[in-house]
Amino acid sequence: MSPDVAETLRIEGGRVLATLIRLTRDFQLAEDALQEAAVAALEGWLRNGVPDNPAAWLTTVARNKALDRMRRESSRRMKEAEALALVPEPTEPNGIDDRLRLMFTCCHPALSPPARVALTLRTISGLTTQEIARAFLVSDATMGQRISRAKRKIAVANIPYRVPEDEELSDRLPAVLAVVYLIFTTGHHPPYGSFTGRVDMAEEALRLGRTLMELMPDEPEVLGVVALMIATHARRDARLDADGDIVLLADQDRTRWDRKAIEEAGDLVDRALRRRRPGPYQVQAAIACLHGLASSDAETDWRQIVDLYRILETMLPSGVVRTNRAVAEAKVFGPDEGLRVLGEVSGLEEWHLYWTTDAELRRQVGDLSAAALSYRKALRCEMNDADRRLVEQRLRQLDP
Amino acid sequence: MPKYAALLYGPAETEGQGTEEDWAHTMDEYNEFGQKAGAAGVIAGGEALHDTPTATTVRVEGGKGGEVIHTDGPFAETKEVLGGFYLLDCADLDEALQWAAQIPAAWHGKVEVRPVVEFPQDQ
Repeated sequence: MSPDVAETLRIEGGRVLATLIRLTRDFQLAEDALQEAAVAALEGWLRNGVPDNPAAWLTTVARNKALDRMRRESSRRMKEAEALALVPEPTEPNGIDDRLRLMFTCCHPALSPPARVALTLRTISGLTTQEIARAFLVSDATMGQRISRAKRKIAVANIPYRVPEDEELSDRLPAVLAVVYLIFTTGHHPPYGSFTGRVDMAEEALRLGRTLMELMPDEPEVLGVVALMIATHARRDARLDADGDIVLLADQDRTRWDRKAIEEAGDLVDRALRRRRPGPYQVQAAIACLHGLASSDAETDWRQIVDLYRILETMLPSGVVRTNRAVAEAKVFGPDEGLRVLGEVSGLEEWHLYWTTDAELRRQVGDLSAAALSYRKALRCEMNDADRRLVEQRLRQLDP
Repeated sequence: MPKYAALLYGPAETEGQGTEEDWAHTMDEYNEFGQKAGAAGVIAGGEALHDTPTATTVRVEGGKGGEVIHTDGPFAETKEVLGGFYLLDCADLDEALQWAAQIPAAWHGKVEVRPVVEFPQDQ
């Protein structure tokens, strides 16, 4: 396949699918019709070149394929088919991009969080069921079932295909942002399995985030989540050494960080904060930028990071945030203070980073046997292979 | 217009639980919802159910025509029981969920919203 044609199909596919779903109100039909149109496009475009407006070409052909299918399927759907045929130009109503409607539908609170993630990657990113299954370490059959169940619920329960009104938006937007960010963290720091060698979910999440930012340029939390992803992603090359082992933030070669990306993230944070509607993603992005702009671990503005974590904890009171705050507090006020803050965390005994934080702080106060015990508890938790090697190495260093 | 069943789940009522005033207050809450949703033309039906000790669960073992087995009580013995239901006429799930959140059972217990199957009429 010519890379040109393939790339155009992938880029335009999500947009065309979103429009087809609005027109047909049927995820499966829209997907099947797009598939058929893509085959026709491949044949035609390879011979005659990619048309000037490939999205319009694909939409028209796919819409006709959908019409054919509806007419064939049953007389019951004739009315719907007629209605579809009456839509002369599939323009987007109210000037709202269909991809935004699709994102809110895929991330509807009536769907389970794993289903939201899967459906978003399937429909908006255009990943195959197999690719998504591999990223989340489930079987193809399980993932296929998860996606088809979600599609069925959207159809049967009539989950609306629209962007929520302004007054609901603040309730509904966090679910969309959470899906994008979860896809990012799955790629950036896999919770299990192999650290590398997966479909790059982090890149995919960045693409989704940038699309969302293009569609909702005035939402500060959208800018925040994109800035957070960019600033975190900027450090990716420095995170592993030549052997594929993890290099901790403090020890990373900062010349390998993507300086331009960190500056872009900083600009986005500034833009977001000017809107004076702070939120947890903006605060986390600001923290990531402070790390990114520091020339070394010692030069890092830990005092400001502590303040930001305190603000974040009022917005997002969780043990994970408090664990991160404990690290920052320890940098400013010493490991005893870090341990005191960490002591207020409960219910995270299954999270390896809770135990490694505890272990590191206990090592710093000189309680090596307690540190070793915590590293051993960390090893009982689920984590990816590189994290596990790191914990084993830290444990060995305690006890030479 | 799609119909949705709003199934009202709450703690199982036990004899002598709750005061007269509590009961009257809850009834007021339901009347308020009934008036509001009724005026909006959303309510397409609904009933309150007697408590779960009056329930009988029926099952036919071994396929059609097989042995009929009656079990005293509800299908699932849980702390929260089905107490009643509304049929809601709504444009989509979002609207149904908005109305469901105004049913008193939503804060006394939980409301499960299920789309109602629409069978084709004309074939």
